[in-house]
Amino acid sequence: MTSTADIFDSMEYGPAPESAGEAEKWLDGHERNFGHFIGGEWRPAAGGQSFESFNPANAQALAQIAQAGAADVDAAVAAARAAQSGWAKLPDHKRARYLYALARLVQRHARLLAVLETLDNGKPIRETRDIDIPLVARHFYHHAGWAQILEQAFPGHAALGVAGQIIPWNFPLLMLAWKIAPAIATGNTVVLKPAEQTSLSALLFAELCQEAGLPPGVVNIVTGDGATGELITAHPDIDKIAFTGSTKVGRKIRETTAGSGKKISLELGGKSPFIVFDDADLDSAVEGLVDAIWFNQGQVCCAGSRLLVQESIAEPFYAKIRARMENLIVGDPMQKGIDIGAIVSPTQLVRIEKLVATGQQEGGTLWQPEAACPNGGCFYPPTLFTDVTPSATIVQEEIFGPVLVAMTFRSPAEAVALANNTRYGLAASVWSENINLALDIAPKLACGSVWINATNLFDAACGFGGVRESGFGREGGREGLVEYLRPTWEVNLPAIEAPPTLPAQRAPTAGAELPLDRTAKLYIDGKQKRPDSGYSDPVLAPDGTLLGEVGAGNRKDVREAVEAAGKAGGWSKVSAHNRAQVLYYIGENLEARAGEFRDRLMAMCGASRTQAAKEVRTSVSRLFSAAAWADKYEGTVHQPPLRGIALALNEPIGVIGIACPDEHPLLALVSLAAPALAMGNRVIVVPAERHSLCATDLYQVLDTSDLPGGVLNIVTGGRDELAQVLAEHDDVQAIWYFGPAAGGEAVERAAAGNLKRVWSNHGRRWDWYSNQQSEGREVLHHTVSVKNVWAPYGE
Amino acid sequence: MSHTGPDMSNNVSILPTRGEPERNPGMAFEPKWLEEVRINTSAVERRAANIPARRTVKKDWQTAWLLKALTCIDLTTLSGDDTPGRVKRLCAKARQPVRQEVLDVLGAGDLGIRVGAVCVYHAMIAPAVQALAGSGIPIAAVSTGFPAGLSAPRARLLEVEESIAAGASEIDIVIDRSNVLTGDWQALYDEVRAYREACGVAHLKTIIATGDLATLKNTAKASLVCMMAGADFIKTSTGKESTNATPAVSLVMLRMIRSYGERTGCRVGFKPAGGIGTAKAALGYLFMMKEELGRPWLEPELFRIGASSLLTDIERQLEHRATARYAARHHQPMA
Repeated sequence: MTSTADIFDSMEYGPAPESAGEAEKWLDGHERNFGHFIGGEWRPAAGGQSFESFNPANAQALAQIAQAGAADVDAAVAAARAAQSGWAKLPDHKRARYLYALARLVQRHARLLAVLETLDNGKPIRETRDIDIPLVARHFYHHAGWAQILEQAFPGHAALGVAGQIIPWNFPLLMLAWKIAPAIATGNTVVLKPAEQTSLSALLFAELCQEAGLPPGVVNIVTGDGATGELITAHPDIDKIAFTGSTKVGRKIRETTAGSGKKISLELGGKSPFIVFDDADLDSAVEGLVDAIWFNQGQVCCAGSRLLVQESIAEPFYAKIRARMENLIVGDPMQKGIDIGAIVSPTQLVRIEKLVATGQQEGGTLWQPEAACPNGGCFYPPTLFTDVTPSATIVQEEIFGPVLVAMTFRSPAEAVALANNTRYGLAASVWSENINLALDIAPKLACGSVWINATNLFDAACGFGGVRESGFGREGGREGLVEYLRPTWEVNLPAIEAPPTLPAQRAPTAGAELPLDRTAKLYIDGKQKRPDSGYSDPVLAPDGTLLGEVGAGNRKDVREAVEAAGKAGGWSKVSAHNRAQVLYYIGENLEARAGEFRDRLMAMCGASRTQAAKEVRTSVSRLFSAAAWADKYEGTVHQPPLRGIALALNEPIGVIGIACPDEHPLLALVSLAAPALAMGNRVIVVPAERHSLCATDLYQVLDTSDLPGGVLNIVTGGRDELAQVLAEHDDVQAIWYFGPAAGGEAVERAAAGNLKRVWSNHGRRWDWYSNQQSEGREVLHHTVSVKNVWAPYGE
Repeated sequence: MSHTGPDMSNNVSILPTRGEPERNPGMAFEPKWLEEVRINTSAVERRAANIPARRTVKKDWQTAWLLKALTCIDLTTLSGDDTPGRVKRLCAKARQPVRQEVLDVLGAGDLGIRVGAVCVYHAMIAPAVQALAGSGIPIAAVSTGFPAGLSAPRARLLEVEESIAAGASEIDIVIDRSNVLTGDWQALYDEVRAYREACGVAHLKTIIATGDLATLKNTAKASLVCMMAGADFIKTSTGKESTNATPAVSLVMLRMIRSYGERTGCRVGFKPAGGIGTAKAALGYLFMMKEELGRPWLEPELFRIGASSLLTDIERQLEHRATARYAARHHQPMA
């Protein structure tokens, strides 16, 4: 026994354990054996299988958890389906009351939830108590508000139906809240699967749902491993998949759900940069790193795991980091006075150890503090790697552990280049006392969240999510709700009709005056280019008359077009006013050639003169509409609960591939391409091959409209074949496909490669004359990616 | 006790271990250093708020830490109605801050628990000297026209000399805040340098009055200048400003002490003052000292808390530790 006098001398902190008593009692009350929560009641696993959940801090078993098989998932989906229409039909206020009750229940049982989470996951009780659980409550409160005002906030929208939700083990209850709150606020019902390592807090939450009197079937929790997750993602009666987890699994989900019509949102991995400029408050930046990479043992998708520090201050800054690391206490997560708890599982620990070993083999210099880790559990010390370069495995790979890799940069431009030199794009942290520098850097970083002089700030009102292989979709805020809604008109869209088979090609009527021959080439980088193939495809009138020939584009032409679009990044930076001017100008020049386009549509589509004229006129209007929106589809200023603001910026996605539908070839092309251009994207358009002459006719319109080269590229040829090349291209950030269902499915599957965003008609026919369907916010939200820039302030 | 964690000791000093002079001799004024100061207020506040959430002490550890806090108190009375009788009472309390029976139960009966110093106005030094005779408890005198520091410059220096002559061994000077607010750092340096010379062997605590300095950046710079000029301690407040010691200003000052130590090898002490009235708040400051500067700063040689009512709250917590019953204020002998 240490005496008071000894402690008075040593001034050690000593133990300060949180009691596990109530949580143990709760587990015992369930005989440490849990079934699934389906239709408002507990059910044993249909197949009788179960697995063990254990405490990673001491390897002790906590409970037996049911492993869901197909029968369980079917039952859960059926329960959710049965409950959905009734739930959606409840008055908004009634749904709001349930969410409010859940928020209150989370607060009333805050400590039990926190302790249970720490036992199951290994994260410090300080974090579950002070961060996770308060954020969970906040998420339900915030979304109770959205439920209350849903009809006013989203008129003409409806729930998707049943959402399948799969969450990770790093923030079990918080990720559950991020999934369930927006889903049920908008009238969806859910089947949620927690990670097999950490099921317990979700099961306790199920009890809270019972206590809140939530109608049976609105929330269903099934437990199990990846196999259960696959059953959910493949389930035919699920309308929406929301997944948070690894990029590998996210990619598989994208492939599995291709063509199913399921809406999906993926929040995946990251290797987020933490950028420190020479004018930063370095002591505060060090604490920022503690919050970035030594929060939750570094098992955070948006962990600031790549330190980029200005070369002039690198050594003193590293010295500060090392000094700080010496003070980090790794210990039993149930101790209140520790900084770093247990790694979630032996498997994860082995992964960290392997990657660290690789880092050393590849020449990185490892540094760890002297203090030892506790024995008997999954612990790993805080680790700093210096002398690493972007080519090192540990710089590229997400480690998901308390391991920081550090590199230097010379200039702001190089900092941005290094920061963006990754396949991921989740978050970034920027440290500088110069507001000019910080606000200049933030928009240049490819990611979904930027924290200025801070890190890992979250709030229910601010959408969170990534770009690139960190996934797509947002959680939190208005943009998060959009993931669970659809416009009501979309529900009953007709299937597209197969275009009529054309008669055999015939030559133009003899005797007619021979028009001057024109060669329609491809339009790449602002120039007309011959197709790489050297072949041309005929474009026929409905009666088979040859109207002209267009270049048969191939994959190399797509490659060239993407190169050109990539180089035209200046378009994303010019002012919205300037982009609008160009779009207006295109409209003006199209109008000047209205007769020519009308005649082309008449000849090519067999449209009446009136119909064709209307299509041209509407196309001009749509260009005006896109131009009008260019400086009006703006971001939001959030006021999260801190002294500061979060700027939700609507940023262009980048390079978008657009595969156009067969119907209304001019109007559809303009309706899709113009808003994309308005918001600063660069576009590669693949017209429907049958009617591509009205696209090639546009070249001269574009040439006379001050559109910079490479901003809009047009590649004619086999649409689905070219769309496939675009979908597979890793330097294309989004693809929109409007063709037959099979083509859409292929595009969705191919898009899994770099996890590009897909907007597909899923084989349905849009009404291109409807302003509601084909212009404005419904289209614009596909053209941007929301980035939240957090800027705490105060002097 | 299921203390399965690692050795939770945290004795790593961040300072270089080269020759440690007894006192900070100061250094030539270096304005360039001030230009390098960067303070991010929001980040500082986050860290300051975070420290007491990350560290805690329970049971015997709490006892020992509370006793330590007690030994770091500059037990203070700085009122217009101070009298020799009031100061006598304060000094008696300084000698025996906790009832002996309580200390005995806590196993601290022979640790020689007494406060760090008694802090008074010049006029009260004489009665304090008398009351503290033989106790070894130093007397600190506030000086240089406390609290505003705007009396005649010669009078300020004279006050320092007179107080030392009267028996004060620690002098808590106030800086002329106008030098900070107008950015005349050289003048601030010269002022504090003169006080340091006037102090001779007496220890110099410089009150920078953070509540008057408008920004944390000013706090940081004023801290550095005072250390350059030879301060033994830097102190937050007089207790008379509208805002006194806060965790955020304290964190900034500690980081400046660390920075000064890294550059000069000198250890400078820290004294938060004003508004620290609870044992919990005092522990928060101790955690901050240990986390930011290390174990050496948990001794009265390098850490003082300027307080009056704090002592009673610590006493109550200690009595609770001894008896397991919550204690009443009126059971604690008045200062």
